[in-house]
Amino acid sequence: MSDQHDFVAALLDPERDCPAELSSWNGADPSSRFAVYRNNVISSLVNALADSFPVVLQLVGDEFFRAMAQVHVHANPPRTRILAEYGEAFPAFIEGFPPASSLPYLADVARLEFLRIQAYHSADTAPLNAEQITTALSQPDRLDGMTLELHPSAAVLSSNFAIVSLWAAHQGEMAIAQVDPLRAEHALVLRNRLDVEVMGIRHGAALFIQALRTGQCFGEAAEQALAIDPEFDLSHLLAHLISTGALTGYRFAP
Amino acid sequence: MTLSLLADENSGAPALSSTLPLRAGIGLKSQHYRQILESQPQVGFFEVHAENYMVAGGPFHHYLQRIREHYPLSIHGVGLSIGAEHPLDEQHLDRLAALIERYQPQSFSEHLAWSSHGELFLNDLLPVAYNATTLTRVCEHIDRVQNRLQRPMLLENPSTYVEYASSTMDEASFISELIRRSGCGLLLDVNNVYVSCINHNWDALGYINALPLHAVGELHLAGFAEDRDSAGDRLLIDAHGAPVDDAVWRLYAQVLQLLGPTPTLIERDNDIPSLEVLVAEAQQAERQLALHRTPQRQALA
Repeated sequence: MSDQHDFVAALLDPERDCPAELSSWNGADPSSRFAVYRNNVISSLVNALADSFPVVLQLVGDEFFRAMAQVHVHANPPRTRILAEYGEAFPAFIEGFPPASSLPYLADVARLEFLRIQAYHSADTAPLNAEQITTALSQPDRLDGMTLELHPSAAVLSSNFAIVSLWAAHQGEMAIAQVDPLRAEHALVLRNRLDVEVMGIRHGAALFIQALRTGQCFGEAAEQALAIDPEFDLSHLLAHLISTGALTGYRFAP
Repeated sequence: MTLSLLADENSGAPALSSTLPLRAGIGLKSQHYRQILESQPQVGFFEVHAENYMVAGGPFHHYLQRIREHYPLSIHGVGLSIGAEHPLDEQHLDRLAALIERYQPQSFSEHLAWSSHGELFLNDLLPVAYNATTLTRVCEHIDRVQNRLQRPMLLENPSTYVEYASSTMDEASFISELIRRSGCGLLLDVNNVYVSCINHNWDALGYINALPLHAVGELHLAGFAEDRDSAGDRLLIDAHGAPVDDAVWRLYAQVLQLLGPTPTLIERDNDIPSLEVLVAEAQQAERQLALHRTPQRQALA
């Protein structure tokens, strides 16, 4: 095995001896110095996760979070050199982490936080302007067959838990005591200019947006959403998507 | 590095200069974006970590683009892993080339270190052994970078905590030979010199004097953390979480005696203080730079 292979194996496994060929000028045990690298690698990645998942951290406390994140870093070290991308596997890890099982909503809160990061760094795409929107909506007979493009940041997360309320409570937007975590909620994540917004939406709205995302046409998407959720207010959702710059393109059926 | 003769040391206009100004700059942190645009602080340049801007869009690019309109820029990579046994990651190099094309920085620098192994990224700057094998490999990697980017890069001397029994040359000789063979420049991190010299009982001025100082394109200053090894000796850690230590300021003054005014970055990546604190530290460096600027100008006159 190569030198760097041994070095990495020892970095990631605290039980392993430090690489044999390290030395120190004063005869100090090289492992006492190698420990600096071990600590740098693990603590910098734990810190990166703490920065990316602040609500998860608040929900479990600093000590628990760091212990959990450390297990994750050892099990799933980054396979990307871009730290904004690290953490994608963290929600699934949390889901399977037995000590966190008393907080069944934790993994979905983590999913919501990672969607926020992705939205924050997603591509800049210009929204439809007023003229384009007027053109698109002024032909009602062609509306049903129209497909809509959404801003790259737009994402929906449907959860069996109150992820939007839990998230809002940790932004100081509502009291945590008011939150029933076991109530299902649907989140719309969207970057509006420079700010990422998280909004609770109805089940029908979530279905509608997901249908648009998969390229279904407007009529089909609306029909499916209304079949499941008859109270879904399509015009209200469209107004919101327009005002937040989430509609970036449209195409009429040929 | 003859282009540096053309640089106007007082110019803040990025488009006019192809090298960093002979001034002090600071690391650009997202928490300071708005304040920088509003207050336009008196710093010579900003430096960013390349990997933080390898994202598709959003606020990071929004603000960097605007700040770049007002200040010279240094792009400093932390993920290229030039010291790795494996070949360079060509995709990463492509991303770097795109970033450099987009922002036209006055300087691009990376580290004499490795941070990846195969697919794994370790997010730390790990040490290389100093011998003929690693020298050849690192040279090949630097050649590849400079060919791909079509520009010379600066290579930063590392801070290290261990030495390799398989090293056959000292660090300064290794760096000198790298620079001679590859034609890259040197980013002399004065804090790293101090940290490594304490950690390995080297003589700091001897180390600096053994380097090809003509190739220095930028200096780094930062704070360290302090620990002890198992023998009870000082073990300094390049933590970037504290102000520049007095001992490093003294070494910086000695470096400026040797080099004359040189672009200098105040690095702070952890426990980020207010913008004012970083600007004040940059001004402290600027006062040192000014001491070395005037006599040289008179000598040239």
